[in-house]
Amino acid sequence: MRQGHAKQVIHAKGLSKIYREGTTELRALQGVDLEVRAGELTLLMGPSGSGKTTLLSILGCILRASDGRLEILGEDVGSLPESQLPRIRREAIGFVFQGFNLFPTLSAAENVALALDVRGIRGAVAQKRGEELLAEVGLAQKARSFPADLSGGQKQRVAIARALAGDPPILLADEPTAALDSTSGRTVIELLQRLAHEHGRAVVMVTHDPRVLSFGDRIIHLEDGRIVKEERNVLIRRDETSLFAQAPVAAGFPNQFSI
Amino acid sequence: MGLLARRNLFHDKVRFAVTLTGIVFALVLIIIQFGLFLGFTTTTSNNIDHSNADLWIVFRGVGYFDTARDFSEQKLYQVLATPGVERAEKYMQAFGRWKRPDGRIESIQVIGFHPGRGLGEPWNIVQGSVTALKQEDSVLVDELYKEKLGVQKLGDRVEIGDHRARVVGFTRGIRSFTTSPFVYATFKNSLDYTNPTSSEDRTAYILVKAAAGVAPKELQKRLSERLTDVDIYTTAQFSRKTRFYWMFTTGAGLAVLTAALMGLVVGVAVVAQTIYAATMDHIREYGTLKAMGATNRYLYRVLVEQAVWSAVLGYGLAMIVAHFIVEGSEKGGAVILMPWSMSAGMLGLAVVMCIAAALVSINKVTRIDPAMVFRG
Repeated sequence: MRQGHAKQVIHAKGLSKIYREGTTELRALQGVDLEVRAGELTLLMGPSGSGKTTLLSILGCILRASDGRLEILGEDVGSLPESQLPRIRREAIGFVFQGFNLFPTLSAAENVALALDVRGIRGAVAQKRGEELLAEVGLAQKARSFPADLSGGQKQRVAIARALAGDPPILLADEPTAALDSTSGRTVIELLQRLAHEHGRAVVMVTHDPRVLSFGDRIIHLEDGRIVKEERNVLIRRDETSLFAQAPVAAGFPNQFSI
Repeated sequence: MGLLARRNLFHDKVRFAVTLTGIVFALVLIIIQFGLFLGFTTTTSNNIDHSNADLWIVFRGVGYFDTARDFSEQKLYQVLATPGVERAEKYMQAFGRWKRPDGRIESIQVIGFHPGRGLGEPWNIVQGSVTALKQEDSVLVDELYKEKLGVQKLGDRVEIGDHRARVVGFTRGIRSFTTSPFVYATFKNSLDYTNPTSSEDRTAYILVKAAAGVAPKELQKRLSERLTDVDIYTTAQFSRKTRFYWMFTTGAGLAVLTAALMGLVVGVAVVAQTIYAATMDHIREYGTLKAMGATNRYLYRVLVEQAVWSAVLGYGLAMIVAHFIVEGSEKGGAVILMPWSMSAGMLGLAVVMCIAAALVSINKVTRIDPAMVFRG
């Protein structure tokens, strides 16, 4: 499931987003072209205000682009009415957030079950699927724990299990390692990488975290709402423990990425 | 969704206690006011409703029970001569002066009837009997008014309108809406007590019992064709007119209904505030749900389920509190009635009130921008 032959799951052409407040206009995105394929871990990088999160929100059908065309799994999202966007999010996309966004009053298993409930899956089926997902992220033994009793890394893994509830082909992650220590961060990025490489999901991740660069298959650099550079990882990195352990490492891997 | 609704609702126990307090306060207030309204309504027409008569014949223009005007008993004979009449009796109601043993004067409403004939008799007799009224100068009063009337036991003597009277029986729970207690006596004695100059050949009402198989409405029609200068009502009609007069013409009913409405408004406001505060506390979670693909309908169901839980639990507590208040009222001058239909209706009202209160939160959740989940 690597680049080249993998299925294209996101196709964006000329995406723009303009925020208007009174007479003031803010161009958050300007003519972004992007293709995302299954089996790839794509990193979105750039300074604050460069449009990373706006792009992620549009790709996640949470925001609508002001202009341009977006296809998710071949479906033209721009032509769909607002009421259809939740369906796209349920069927195609899983979200992972920087702040985990777990439901504090629900246990780990219940958090995952809630995502299944949103998709109409309930009862014993939901329970079994929830346990499988937690096992998949290595947290089977924490199923009954509440978020307050979990470490940051464990919370993020529960959040990933929740994001996988609908078996989405696309995972969108917003700085999922930013709030984690190096060990937890590594566990999470390895998990996301595995979900891309071994499970064939397209993972798009906004990050400022230099520790994760070596795990991405592509790095897309944004500035002022435009893609200014795209790098592709030329190495298949399976044992780069040293990079994480040595963090912080300077951003970019000029010897490993090619434009 | 149900689990999330319950967990979020019960998670903050202090807030939930405030929510329940608001609901209980509102419901108890509504129950008391509506219960008073029902109690008042029932009280105004209790003598009519317990009369065992099918028809009431009154002087033309008399619109309710407590303003009687007498007319010739000739009408009674016309009634008795009408086909379909099984029985007909004269019946008197008039205000009088009750002089207590200690000399204090109280206003009373004297009811005069013919004991033992089954029309217009008092009910719920707990001491003495109706037939004891056949003894000279005897009366029957309700035990609720013992203190007001200055009597304690059977045989106590008082004066009514300068005539001697002796208590030969007590009823239980026959209240008077006018605050002047009902005093039951024979028809003849009631005239002596209230209007000694009145002739015994006059009456304030004629109570009619239809023969078996004759519909009161049909008999009412027949009598209307024969009698002049009187109004003829079925018992239900006269009861309704009397209730309407006291509840809506005097403003008494409006006052208690307004208070009940205020309870509803207060309840909605308190519950809305607490549910809204709880929603705002969890607003990011609702945003996350939206990002996960939950529809607005899904979120509404979470909020509505919270409202229903609040309503049901609040209702349960309110019914316990109301039960004690209603029980306590049975010994007081103003009874609070809570029939099962009202209890059931209160559950519906509680649910509607709480869902109405949740509408503010539903509106808020509808407007959540799911992009908020990406903001730190």
